[in-house]
Amino acid sequence: MTTQEIQNEIIEEFSVFDDWMDKYEYLIEIGNTLELYDEKNKKPSNLIQGCQSRVWLDAEYKDGKIYFTADSDAIITKGIIALLIRIFSGKTPDEILQTDLFFLDKIGLKENLSPTRANGLVSMIKNIKAYATAFKAKYES
Amino acid sequence: MNMFDVEKIREQFPLLTQKVNGKNLVYLDNGATVQKPLRVIEKIKEIYTEYNSNIHRGVHYLSNKTTEAYENARETVRNFINANSTEEIIFTKGTTDAINLVAFSFGEKYIKKGDEILIAETEHHSNIVPWQMMCERKGAKIKVIPADNNGELILSEYKKLLNKRTKLVAVAQVANSLGIINPIEDIIYEARKTGAKTLIDGAQAVQHKSVDVQKLDCDFYAFSGHKTYAETGIGILYGKKELLNEMPPYQGGGDMIKSVSFEKTEYTDLPLKFEAGTSNYVGAISLGEAINFINSVGIEKIEKYETELLKYAEEKLSLINGLTIYGKSKNKTSAVSFLLKGIHFYDTGMILDKLGIAVRTGAHCAEPTMKNFGISGTVRASFAMYNTKEEIDKLYEGLLKVKNMLL
Repeated sequence: MTTQEIQNEIIEEFSVFDDWMDKYEYLIEIGNTLELYDEKNKKPSNLIQGCQSRVWLDAEYKDGKIYFTADSDAIITKGIIALLIRIFSGKTPDEILQTDLFFLDKIGLKENLSPTRANGLVSMIKNIKAYATAFKAKYES
Repeated sequence: MNMFDVEKIREQFPLLTQKVNGKNLVYLDNGATVQKPLRVIEKIKEIYTEYNSNIHRGVHYLSNKTTEAYENARETVRNFINANSTEEIIFTKGTTDAINLVAFSFGEKYIKKGDEILIAETEHHSNIVPWQMMCERKGAKIKVIPADNNGELILSEYKKLLNKRTKLVAVAQVANSLGIINPIEDIIYEARKTGAKTLIDGAQAVQHKSVDVQKLDCDFYAFSGHKTYAETGIGILYGKKELLNEMPPYQGGGDMIKSVSFEKTEYTDLPLKFEAGTSNYVGAISLGEAINFINSVGIEKIEKYETELLKYAEEKLSLINGLTIYGKSKNKTSAVSFLLKGIHFYDTGMILDKLGIAVRTGAHCAEPTMKNFGISGTVRASFAMYNTKEEIDKLYEGLLKVKNMLL
């Protein structure tokens, strides 16, 4: 699936919720199911320091695709991380660089991406794109 | 108003009637900033619709009228904190600006290599960083008055730190992240004995309790307008006249000079010496009006009511299993900082927001305080005169919902 298709799929999943509580409960649930992040990867170089919540992000390049793992100390942030990983992990650098993120707006969680929230998510997305640029330069040029 | 009638007070705050996320707003982030009463909002409108003009410059009618209102506001502030003279009342941008002014001007005049500045472990960053910058510039050192496990300053340790090299002690009257009232009377008394000057950061104090700078006998006192029911961008530095007279200006510009030539500029007298450029006169006049509002309610009544609210909040929140209050003290005002076991403060704040409840989450610009407790942040509910016990009940119910959703 393309990153666009995955985003549409997420929007579809969220469309069944009428109120914010169900939506956040679902977000918390997927946050809890995020693949366990290796504690030894929680090193300073992987840390994105937000003043509200912290995010750790790691990336690996394999057979032309980038695989991301990430974690956060806040569960709502973690839920959104799980969605971002679902979209970006296993994609080629080009695909990642060309992706326009629109799903958070559509599912009414845009506030989580506001730079003033300082929850680390804005930087996480920047870092995902930066990894794509770096891997592309290293392996594909 | 003779009796403290919170419903009557709420009527004067139009913002409080709105709904957030479909719920009645419960605004408990008053430590960050408070909402404004109608008479302050109307005063600002009055200035711009009736007599706006630059101060201290014109011979014309409007300028005189604005200047008069500006200077009347200074007198209102003087009276509010009982300073000896309006020359000791400097309008600044806020508490941070006031502290930076002292860090620069006092530093230039009085601080030498090897001198020491004492600050408390529970300070807001704005009462830490300006001193660090000054110390770097002058080769002086910062020493920290430690706090105990509850966040209360340890006076015996403070006394040990005081010595002949101590030039200034800068302490908050109320620690912003915990709401603890520091024993500033003792702190000032001990500093005076060794000849150190004192600066009290009153940003979290003047709106909650009566302050008398002459009785305190502090050398400097700073507070912010926006936390005191006035506009943002205005604040006060009180300083003893003899010190302010000796200190060089913080910034140069118009309004702070007697005469200017390219060879030499002569500075004007207090307080304008420290008010370079067009000052925020609308903010200053709004602060005067805000203080009139506080006086009309009565600061003692506000203190009594808010203390009752705080007590109620601490008792109510303590009923929640797994909730820890940080900063336990008998001497507190208007703020309660806490965490729910196993739940990140960000998640708590996000869910409360959905319920229309505004709280502050994070380190509250007081990272060293959080470090003392071994945590990275808390949830802080902070109160103003318009909050009610029913709102605290809503916070309580909101927190039960947070637990329900997240555990």
